[in-house]
Amino acid sequence: MIAMTDEKGNEAIEGTVEAPTTKKVPPNPRAARKAGPVNIRKTLSHSLWIAHKDLLEFSRNRVMLVMLFVFPLLMMVMTGYIFPSGNNVKDMPVAIVNLDNYNNTGHAGPESLMVYSGVKMANDHSHFFILKNISSESDAKDEIKHGNEMGALIIASNFTNNIKTYGQGSVTVLYDQSNPTISAEITAILDQIVTQIATQRAVMAVNHTTGFSINISKAIVTPYTIQNKGTVPGNPSYFQFLAPGMMMMVVMMGAMSGLPRAIAYEKDTGTLDGVLVAPTSRFSIILGKVIAQTVRAVIQGFVVLLLAVVLFGVTIHGSLLLVVIMLLIGTFSFIGLGIMITSVASDESTASTFMMVLQFPMLFLSGVLFPIQQMPWYMQAVAKVMPLTYAAQAMRKIITLGAGIQDIMTELVILIVFGVVLMAISIPLFKKAMTK
Amino acid sequence: MAAGSGEPMIQTFEISKKFDDFTAVDKVSIHVDQGEIYGLLGPNGAGKSTLIRMLTTLSMPTGGTATIDGYDIVKDSDQVREVVGLVSEKMIMYDKLTARENLRLFGKLYSVPKAELEARLDELLAIVNMTKWADERIEKFSTGMKQRINVIRALVSMPRLVFMDEPTLGLDPQSTAEIRDLIRKLRDEQGITIVLTTHIMNEADLLCDRIGVIDRGKIVAQDSPMKLKAGIVEKGSTVVNLDLEHPPIDAGERLKAIEGVLSAAQTENNVKVIIQNEDGFQQVLEGAIKNGFKIRNASVALPTLEDVFLHYTGRSMDDKLVEKPSSAGRGHHGPPGMRPRGRIR
Repeated sequence: MIAMTDEKGNEAIEGTVEAPTTKKVPPNPRAARKAGPVNIRKTLSHSLWIAHKDLLEFSRNRVMLVMLFVFPLLMMVMTGYIFPSGNNVKDMPVAIVNLDNYNNTGHAGPESLMVYSGVKMANDHSHFFILKNISSESDAKDEIKHGNEMGALIIASNFTNNIKTYGQGSVTVLYDQSNPTISAEITAILDQIVTQIATQRAVMAVNHTTGFSINISKAIVTPYTIQNKGTVPGNPSYFQFLAPGMMMMVVMMGAMSGLPRAIAYEKDTGTLDGVLVAPTSRFSIILGKVIAQTVRAVIQGFVVLLLAVVLFGVTIHGSLLLVVIMLLIGTFSFIGLGIMITSVASDESTASTFMMVLQFPMLFLSGVLFPIQQMPWYMQAVAKVMPLTYAAQAMRKIITLGAGIQDIMTELVILIVFGVVLMAISIPLFKKAMTK
Repeated sequence: MAAGSGEPMIQTFEISKKFDDFTAVDKVSIHVDQGEIYGLLGPNGAGKSTLIRMLTTLSMPTGGTATIDGYDIVKDSDQVREVVGLVSEKMIMYDKLTARENLRLFGKLYSVPKAELEARLDELLAIVNMTKWADERIEKFSTGMKQRINVIRALVSMPRLVFMDEPTLGLDPQSTAEIRDLIRKLRDEQGITIVLTTHIMNEADLLCDRIGVIDRGKIVAQDSPMKLKAGIVEKGSTVVNLDLEHPPIDAGERLKAIEGVLSAAQTENNVKVIIQNEDGFQQVLEGAIKNGFKIRNASVALPTLEDVFLHYTGRSMDDKLVEKPSSAGRGHHGPPGMRPRGRIR
């Protein structure tokens, strides 16, 4: 019975009096080696072997290796090119209707012609539109209705006359309500062009009436100049916004789905029984799987970053070490969810269903694809309880703005709290699920 | 073959497992001695695997308990795990890993010291003639090769008790013979206690010192194969084998109605009838003729384990074999031992 007391220190007192079991033969000598610190080393060693096995399997799975590159590439290409991002909009069909009737002559006056040719000139330079002349407002509306035109610029019939009599000339932009995104683009661009022409017209008028030079006239008309400048060099691009969030999203998907899938798969094939029947703690199993998934997640994150830099011209302004730390903490914050799904789902298809339900809202609401500031307040509230929101935000700060660790402290703390809480809930659940 | 040493390796005390309203294992009390080869015999779904899952700590009993080598399977599960090895019906192996990598992983999970482990791997691989294939990935192996690795995988930890769930399922005749030899060797040379589940009667008859017949979660009989077979004869019952030409599907049922017939089970053209005493033979034949059956062959046979099963459960094991056609035909050729005693016509 001496060996019994060696194995379980807390049973020593009861054990010395009388054996708790009917055990007569001395126990396996290997069992006697289980003492406190050795146990921790054993747990760690077991988990590293399990992680080693998982990564070996992964590295020998060709399909998985190819998907490691294909999946992020597809996501980047899809999300990067389907959403309009301003500078991509080109050649939109827009009608131009000049109704100006100068002094009832039936002809357009000089003021409307100035606007007309100004728009044409601006467009020859930028190619935003394909302009088409149409003679009446109702025809323009019909064309929009038929889908031939996406908008129209209408110059009012008394345009020149009004200006000549010191009134304002009126220009109307017709837009297509069925296509709000494009309409917003068209109205914004036309607005900008017409404002520019109006400014030029005003400068000329000041110059003409006061005799001041063009430059002074310009200063009178537009007394302020505005300059837009980023905190780091380079133009803002959608990929620069997308890539960091995409990195965290790929990590989240790996952490959340990789773990349940790996365990459900081992359950289905029967190999999990072999591990469970060994004198290996449940904690080593989950730790081993988590280590393997984390290594995988970091590699995946870097694949996304590599693709973003090489193919989509994303520039990294922060430190790579901080990127790695962020990937690790991101994984930590999601992995609890993965363990939870593993414990609740009994097989692979149930696990997949759970993941879909959890991942889809995260994907769209966490500001990976569009800024959360664009969402209504209640959706923003939902976004704020999702760890991916903070992970994506922090990663964006590091990569795009060159933020240091002190700049992302809030996000880090939130993510760590998420991770700790989820782990505290999920690990006991897992242990329970494994000994049904 | 001497039965075990008398020291109990496994003792179960009315162990039960209920899944909702289905009772998979129903108050089973068995004991297995050290160094014994014990067979759990029963059709699929009889509760064999569930019983093994509980005894290997993979599943918690819902009633009763059991000890393995004196350790309680619930309270001392860690110690139990040190003692037992498991050869599961679903092979415990990672396809993308080589044979040696698989064995090494499990050796590490049992904390076998490095030098000892490497030596043991070589030894085990040599025993099953797999040294040449040791560094090939499992996915390239045939079923027979996989099963050899699957069996030695359970031995890496030097267990004193090995559970084998259908170890020859789906194997070709040669691999089947090799695995059976290995099982005997493990017991004879290393004194390992082996618990084997099978639904193959001949396998149980060939290998096991003692057999527990399990049906619908209950142990209905438990003894050495010899005694089990003798047991049903001593009571005076006799087995009659009838080969019929195009019998109706209810031929068995109709023969059961004859006076003096204890049970009858039909598999295609063959009907096995257990009768109270040898006088019944005449009655069975007359009854068959009266029913209009055309008899091709009729014999009185020594009882087999199959008859034992039929006797205790009133059902044929073959009824359920249809569920797993892959295992019924291939690889399980009967031993030449059981020959008909008398022949008529």
